[in-house]
Amino acid sequence: MRLEQRENISPYLRIAAPLLAVLVALGFCSVLILWSGHSPLTAFLFLLKGSLGSKFAITETLTRATPLIFTGLAAAVAFRAQLWNIGAEGQLYAGACMATLLGTGMLPLPGWFMIPFLFLAGAIAGGLLLLGPTLLKTWFSVDEVVTTLLLNFITLLFVNWLVFGPWKDPMAMGWPQAAPVIDSAVLPILLPKTRLHVGFIIALASAMITWVTLRFSRLGFEIRAVGHNKHASRFAGIPVRKTILFTAFFSGGLAGFAGVSEVCGLKGYLTLDLSPGFGYSGIVVAMLAALHPLGVVLAALFIAAISIGADSMSRSLNISNYIADVATAVSLLSVLAAMLLARFRLRWR
Amino acid sequence: MSSVASPVLQLHNITKTFGSLVANDNISLTLRQGEMLALLGENGAGKTTLMNILFGHYVATQGHIEIYGKPLVKGSPKAALATGIGMVHQHFTLAENMTVLENIILGTEPIFRLRHHLSTARAKLLKLSMQFALHVDWNTLVKDLSIGQRQRVEILKALYRDVKILILDEPTAVLTPQESDKLFTTLRLLTGKGLSVIFITHKLKEALSGSDRCVVLRHGRVVYETATKGIKASTLAKAMVGGALPEIKKKKSTTSSQQLLSCSNISIFGSQHQPLLDGINLHLFKGEILGIAGVSGNGQMQLADMLSGMQAPDSGEIQLEGERITHHTPREMMSAGIGRIPEDRTSTGIIGDMPVRENIALEHYQEPGLSRFGLLKFGSIEAYAKDLIKKFDIRCPSTETPVRNLSGGNIQKLILARVLSRKPIVLVASQPTWGLDVGATAFVHEQLLQAKLEGSGILLISEDLDELLQLSDRIQVLYKGKISAPVSPDQVNAATLGLAMSGHLEEFSQQIGQPAP
Amino acid sequence: MDILLFFMETGFWIATIRMATPLIFGTLGELICERAGVLNLGIEGIMAAGCMAGWTWVYFGGDLWGGVLFAAFIGALFGLLHSLFTVHLGLSQHVTGLGITMLAAALSSFVFKMLLPKATTPPKIIPFANLDLPWLADIPFLGPILTHQSPLTLLAFFLVVLVSYLLYKTPVGLSLRMCGENPLAVEAQGLSVYTIRTGAVVVGSSFMAVGGAFLTLSAFDAFYIGMVNGRGWICIALVVFSSWKPWKALLGTMLFAAFDAMQMRVQQQSAMVIPYQFYLMLPYIFSILAMVIMSRRAAYPKALLIPFRKGER
Repeated sequence: MRLEQRENISPYLRIAAPLLAVLVALGFCSVLILWSGHSPLTAFLFLLKGSLGSKFAITETLTRATPLIFTGLAAAVAFRAQLWNIGAEGQLYAGACMATLLGTGMLPLPGWFMIPFLFLAGAIAGGLLLLGPTLLKTWFSVDEVVTTLLLNFITLLFVNWLVFGPWKDPMAMGWPQAAPVIDSAVLPILLPKTRLHVGFIIALASAMITWVTLRFSRLGFEIRAVGHNKHASRFAGIPVRKTILFTAFFSGGLAGFAGVSEVCGLKGYLTLDLSPGFGYSGIVVAMLAALHPLGVVLAALFIAAISIGADSMSRSLNISNYIADVATAVSLLSVLAAMLLARFRLRWR
Repeated sequence: MSSVASPVLQLHNITKTFGSLVANDNISLTLRQGEMLALLGENGAGKTTLMNILFGHYVATQGHIEIYGKPLVKGSPKAALATGIGMVHQHFTLAENMTVLENIILGTEPIFRLRHHLSTARAKLLKLSMQFALHVDWNTLVKDLSIGQRQRVEILKALYRDVKILILDEPTAVLTPQESDKLFTTLRLLTGKGLSVIFITHKLKEALSGSDRCVVLRHGRVVYETATKGIKASTLAKAMVGGALPEIKKKKSTTSSQQLLSCSNISIFGSQHQPLLDGINLHLFKGEILGIAGVSGNGQMQLADMLSGMQAPDSGEIQLEGERITHHTPREMMSAGIGRIPEDRTSTGIIGDMPVRENIALEHYQEPGLSRFGLLKFGSIEAYAKDLIKKFDIRCPSTETPVRNLSGGNIQKLILARVLSRKPIVLVASQPTWGLDVGATAFVHEQLLQAKLEGSGILLISEDLDELLQLSDRIQVLYKGKISAPVSPDQVNAATLGLAMSGHLEEFSQQIGQPAP
Repeated sequence: MDILLFFMETGFWIATIRMATPLIFGTLGELICERAGVLNLGIEGIMAAGCMAGWTWVYFGGDLWGGVLFAAFIGALFGLLHSLFTVHLGLSQHVTGLGITMLAAALSSFVFKMLLPKATTPPKIIPFANLDLPWLADIPFLGPILTHQSPLTLLAFFLVVLVSYLLYKTPVGLSLRMCGENPLAVEAQGLSVYTIRTGAVVVGSSFMAVGGAFLTLSAFDAFYIGMVNGRGWICIALVVFSSWKPWKALLGTMLFAAFDAMQMRVQQQSAMVIPYQFYLMLPYIFSILAMVIMSRRAAYPKALLIPFRKGER
């Protein structure tokens, strides 16, 4: 088997790649569903109904997509610069901690100021958390994949201590959670009787801004150049180290946004189940989107629909909702392969 | 003798295409026993592709190969080795962190044997090295060997497998003239023992002096085939290029006494504190080309990196028109007026996956003309790119094309355009014509001479002695981090320079009548 | 003072070696992959799959060694998938590895939930008994430490010796190391880079899975979702720490486990002063520190992370 580079990559092929990946993922899940004794068609129908079947279902999907857009953007920006930030999970919690620290009554600010302030503070917390591994990378060339991964565990243990210890809300009847944020810090609900909050709009705006930055700005140019070829970038006078640090702050900040948005928009307080692995799913979102910020929105919607749909399917059909995680993982692997096939042609001898 | 010997290898109608590019077009070739065959052609003529097909790295699109009358299995280096074909690649295929012995015995034993049979291996190698005068210490790591020694290891690797046919790809590219002579002596020993040798080269002289027979490739086709004896260089050149070799215009001396660049007492040390540059002094004047000769790995990279701002010297001082620039970053070097043409154009000079337009703007995108308020001015960048594409005749489908799709010559034109359009005070050009075809090489030479006429000082770091002798106003030789005194190209020839390049600095000084550095 | 006394206690060493065992398997497995030039970030998930596979085999009536073999087989399958993507297709080793981890972990959880949908508490099995070797027990100090270990621990030590021998003394080891240093050299000598790398990743992954199986079949007696808990990532740090050498890997894992055992002791004695979460952070912090310390001297395989494509040069 050989791979032969295609000379011209048709734009259709580029779009077809993620779609193909999604199909493969669904196909693989069908096998699992068959094994569990159900018809895949029924199962997917339940999944579709659960995620898009009603106004409420749709808003639930959008709500779930919100943190995924943020973490997906975080991964996309970092990966563009070949900075392998696998620590979005930890950075999300860093942002959430900051929102809790400043938003639970320490500073009684008015809403119009409080919310942007908390997002900024959360972004700084997330950015700073990624800055550590990035500095280790640029100073000592320590692989950031492992350090950011390990930092996730450290951060989660830290949050564990906070919610069981000093921040434990005495009003929460023993549950390990922090005190709720004050009213001015709560993100307004977009549609009454749903959980869809302003965080979604902020996520869309972030995607837009990230796209403009990458496409049209000097920083974006530098990020792309550094990502493609660090050595040539340095030779051309691009401040490589500075660019990587900027990227880290940008990426960590976006993941921090996710934490603020979940605390102030969805839950209202900090808990240990704030994120069921949004940081990791963000990587899948970014890859499905081929690292394109606007594509991230679509990919996040897809992953959110799968997981919301799987929750509802598992309630009705007795299929474990871990099937959503399986689908997510399979789409990551198959999109990798599909994108390769868009660039190369397979030749058998 | 060669005409009566039996053929050992026959290539029949080999065609190889990469996408729309036809690298080999219906090539047929015969190699006889004990023969030394030169495969001559300029860069990009398809020589390496053909040999890679023979050795099994590539599979031919059409055609077949016979060895001793039997068909050769396609696409398998293993089969090629088994039938007695050995190849010495231009970029050596050795693992640097392993010993010579490990590199040689790799793949020669049954893979699931429970231990190496090292003593048998050593005995065989000892015999081979005595027989062919190839001496290397088996237990050193490859990274501690010189280029010449590594090549000997590569040849031994093939001999250890009892090959009957040896292919060498541009074997002299990285050798001094003296080392090249030694190599050909070795190869003659081999053919004397009945082996057959094919060597790939783009140097006419080598083909003429070293081979029994020449096959000339142009644009993927065999255009000429002849016994070497009695053939004229001009005939071969004509076949190779398809016309007369372009003449380099007579050098005009434009050197003035105005000093542009001076490096004083520069030293750079490696990771084990070994000196890579050792107390270098050099001075570059307005309107001159100063050639730096030497086999690569003797400090050229450090010299170029230093002047590019990629690596600051550990001691010493660099001045540009009297200003100290010793610790400048790459960007500061450029704004001070130093233009750089990097040695490895595809991995240092460009960002292959980015479009032509952005690569043209790569060194100056941050300047007010091309960006504002942190945003890029797309219109200006596009206009700038189009202007340079026209001026420097860069052939590309559009400014949006990823630059890696361009040919080597056009990539070099892009880099030249980026640098020369800024009218640099000093131009540092490292191996500017390496791997380019004759046309592109001539273009680069013209541009360098033009820049010199316009008053730039040019530091030309090259391994190509002919190029240095033709273009330079003065030449200095780098050897193990030390630099010789400058000489005029009229005073020396390739052989004398070769003395200095292989470390015989004293003999060199005697021959040119100057004190040793 | 108390801290120094630990080192004299057999209990401390028993705990250290027990904690080191899964890490030895994992580190050795990762080392094999990386020596051939392939980073395997699938380790965390493959260990989880090994946990699950080994446990399932035994829970549904298989014997313990069968469980170990089954885990190794499942690990090999994931290794095959990883090598298909990274070796044959030349895809990003980082992203593929994460994908394998996600897939293996998700599949383990899914299958576990489907097999035992009603289980509220994790069902238990009878794990490996300690070694029953009377002649060994008689050795003073060392005897009790060694006999209080599972046979899998013995297997782990044996594998260190075996891998070290194979890597440095045999043709297969030479070609594997060469694949990690310069695959072109391997191809030019007529060997298949693809085959060697695939073999390394498959074998390495099965080691990882056995490390996972140790958790369910020896260290604990049940399967929990998320029980690998970052051990895979720690193994990757330990490979860097050990400069890609098997004996140093053994040393590194033992050192690491000793620290871990020590922090547990200290934790028991001073839980009131410092919250236990901070003790639990220590292994991760040590791992990061280990990587920082060794990064300067890291003699990593030259071709690590670089895909090899035949006919592309």
